[in-house]
Amino acid sequence: MDTGRKSVPKILTYVLLSFWALTTIYPFIWVILNSFRRKGLIISDSFSLPLGDAFTWDNYLTAWERSDFKNAYLNSFLISGTVTVAVVILAGLAAYGLVRYRFPGRGLLYSLIMAGMMFPVFSTIIPVFRMEAVMGLAGTGNRWLSLLAVILPQIAGNLCFAIIILMGFIQSVPIELEESAYLDGCNVFQIYFHIIIPAAKSSFATVAIFAFLWSYNDLFTQSFFLRYPQERAITGLLNEISSQAGVNYGLMAASVVLVVIPVLIVYVCLQKHIIKGLTAGAVKG
Amino acid sequence: MSSMIYKKKSPLILFLVPAFLFLLVYLYYPFFQNIVNTFMKIGGLGRAAEGLNEPWYENYQRLWTDPYMRTALKNTLLLTVCTIVFQVGIALILALLVDTIRVGAQFFRTVYFFPIVISATALGLMFNLIFLYKGGMVNQLLLNMGKLPTEVKASGKVLVQWLDWKDQAHFLFTMLMPVMWQYVGFYFVILITGLNNISPDLYEAAALDGADGWKRTRYITLPLLRNVLCTCLVLAITGALKVFDLPWIMFGAGMPENMSWLTGTYMYDQTFNKMNVDYGSTIAVLIVVLGVILSNVANRIFRPSEDL
Repeated sequence: MDTGRKSVPKILTYVLLSFWALTTIYPFIWVILNSFRRKGLIISDSFSLPLGDAFTWDNYLTAWERSDFKNAYLNSFLISGTVTVAVVILAGLAAYGLVRYRFPGRGLLYSLIMAGMMFPVFSTIIPVFRMEAVMGLAGTGNRWLSLLAVILPQIAGNLCFAIIILMGFIQSVPIELEESAYLDGCNVFQIYFHIIIPAAKSSFATVAIFAFLWSYNDLFTQSFFLRYPQERAITGLLNEISSQAGVNYGLMAASVVLVVIPVLIVYVCLQKHIIKGLTAGAVKG
Repeated sequence: MSSMIYKKKSPLILFLVPAFLFLLVYLYYPFFQNIVNTFMKIGGLGRAAEGLNEPWYENYQRLWTDPYMRTALKNTLLLTVCTIVFQVGIALILALLVDTIRVGAQFFRTVYFFPIVISATALGLMFNLIFLYKGGMVNQLLLNMGKLPTEVKASGKVLVQWLDWKDQAHFLFTMLMPVMWQYVGFYFVILITGLNNISPDLYEAAALDGADGWKRTRYITLPLLRNVLCTCLVLAITGALKVFDLPWIMFGAGMPENMSWLTGTYMYDQTFNKMNVDYGSTIAVLIVVLGVILSNVANRIFRPSEDL
């Protein structure tokens, strides 16, 4: 049934929506185009396609040579990969326990998690640094220890969000499935691995994607713990390039593209999970 | 409710202890230690406290009198207000519009959300290029449109008076605009989910009563969206207080003339560059307190009564 006249004509709707879409896409296209443009041309003619004489790979070659991208990618993937795996495992178990069991203190634990989502990283980072310095993790100059020093607080920082999202999804798994598995002789751990995880697969994917992206993109924590060149992860490297590149704008553009590409690939492949999972968690919260 | 499977509580320990141990050590303990730190004298990052401050509330006194802190607070509050008005506002308009179309809705969702997954560091660098003084994207656009005063020298060279987007007159726009822009998609996605949850029956009933177009939006959609809008507001407020990367990359330590400080960037600078670790902790506490107060105020004003 038609729900009546539309207040805004269709054409105007599409014009407005496309305009905002343009503002979100065009800056990236502009940066990608200019990363292939010869050095001096960016500031005089940045809107045309970099064809013929204007085209160059030099910006990428310089970026790759001047800065240790290979090493930074490795560090970033080590950090974010570990954070992702740990968050999914820990949050999954905790969410399952909180959803299915009834016990005294359950409400308290739930409020603790909600409160934990509110703590900005600013308010915990200094004591964490001190604690890790005492433990011999932070500020040692040892690359692997420094990576671990970033990984641990990042896991904690992502846990609360992950638990909230996973709780929402595990709640919607029909309990009859678990009961029939129980009657077949499964214990709770078997139920968790064979029933819950497959049933809530897409929400685990969402949590994993967000943990990865947040960890990969987080400059604040990284810049506290990764102080030496060989420890630098990808956003830290970009921060450094931005202060050193001076007027080499082609180099800047190429560096931005190099950092954005892994994220772009993850987003395009998995965008279905990203948006679906986020809304499920945020609206409940 | 609780099935017989979950009567035996012993496995619960294995489910809960790992995660909560982590949270205790890396979130709750540091949070309280940080509050204690604000009363201490701390010589450097990672060092032990050297005893109480003299007087013990010295840092809070300083918070009150520090002129840069006042700038940071003013900018952060402005950012919060702008976030609420523009971010949530634009997101609401976009969500209401997307809700009326079928073709392309998925495309717009994907595109609008995209900036959120990009690191703010990369975005900061990108906006540095866009707002570049000499020949940045915006200035080139303005030049092409003939909006910048130019002067042709006798030698034939063209002298352009570029617009400095980071000077004292423009820095607020240049700093706030990218932050706004990045997160519109976030609230858009939350709001569109809220819109999808509104039952079509209500719209049909409204249509029978002769309500359509703007009336329908005003009397059905917006009231039913109020809960979701409230969630957006709280998220926007706590989000605005946490902003760090983008302004830090674009403006660094308070450029121009210590005018662009935000609570986040000022806290980082004090802790890391000025080594005032205990003062940095105090700023962090202020950020938390502000977040709690502001989101409570938002809740009071906008949260609908329970019977809705």
